[in-house]
Amino acid sequence: MTAPALRTSALLRIVTRVAVTLLAVALATAMLDLPSPTTSLAQIVQQHLGDSGVRHPVTAVLLNFRAYDTLLEIAVLLLAVLGGLALRLAAGDSPMPAAASASPVLAGLVHLLVPLIVLLAGYLLWAGAHRPGGAFQAGAVLAAAGVLLRLAGRWTPLLPPSALARGGLLIGFIVFLTVALSALLTGGVLLEYPRTWASELILLIEAVLSVSIGLMLLSLFSGATTPGRR
Amino acid sequence: MILASWLLDALLAALLLWLAWRLLASPDLFKAVVLFIVFGLLMALAWARLAAPDLALAEAAIGAGLTGALLLDAVGHLQRGRRHPGDAP
Repeated sequence: MTAPALRTSALLRIVTRVAVTLLAVALATAMLDLPSPTTSLAQIVQQHLGDSGVRHPVTAVLLNFRAYDTLLEIAVLLLAVLGGLALRLAAGDSPMPAAASASPVLAGLVHLLVPLIVLLAGYLLWAGAHRPGGAFQAGAVLAAAGVLLRLAGRWTPLLPPSALARGGLLIGFIVFLTVALSALLTGGVLLEYPRTWASELILLIEAVLSVSIGLMLLSLFSGATTPGRR
Repeated sequence: MILASWLLDALLAALLLWLAWRLLASPDLFKAVVLFIVFGLLMALAWARLAAPDLALAEAAIGAGLTGALLLDAVGHLQRGRRHPGDAP
């Protein structure tokens, strides 16, 4: 590197540092200057918790009061997975070689862990109605089981996705959308659950969502191309 | 008791900032990823201390677990690519 280039980069570094410091100070003052909210959303949620069909406020917000956001989140996640799948199919990927399956310790660990992980996912799904848990956590835990199986070379999921796996990826969004639209068709507003069925519907949506989210995260993970085959 | 919890929180905050700095400044990618996973787990602990167990669960499962696995996978790819530069077309 020549001397003038070195000097420019040193100057640039100083300018960047000053700019970043100023930005940080500005952001901090903006945060401190924020007016405290006049309405407490937490109180409103607590007041209407009885109408939601679940007893945990976070699940009530995610699956009932603001279910529209969750629906769109699932749609965005599905689009990302579709993009990932399209890229991988274009790259002509093939299943990962089962290289790691030789170790008996790993095989034994996988045998022990995977049933426990599936059990834990089921618990998290069920617990979501009255304590921390729910579809996203259950889905992430299911995906972790899939990642473990794939890394151990026991299973090469979604390479290429079978009809069943494609159905599994889609079912969460389809069921959620069906429930949302059926409320519209029976004269309510979008995503308005019938009062008496709210908790059952939320459990159904969460169950299919966990499966779909698990498969989505897993397909993003196994969507990475295998080494040397790019 | 209050002093102990205050000390724990201060230690957690300092550790998070230190880990964040270390993982960004680390030239070794593998080390950076391991530090990132530790950061995610401690972040989950911080969420739990802030009485947000839902976020703590999501952070531990997605932030530390899945993202960590993805990043480790990516580092593996990069290093394998570096060791056999002739393999990739």
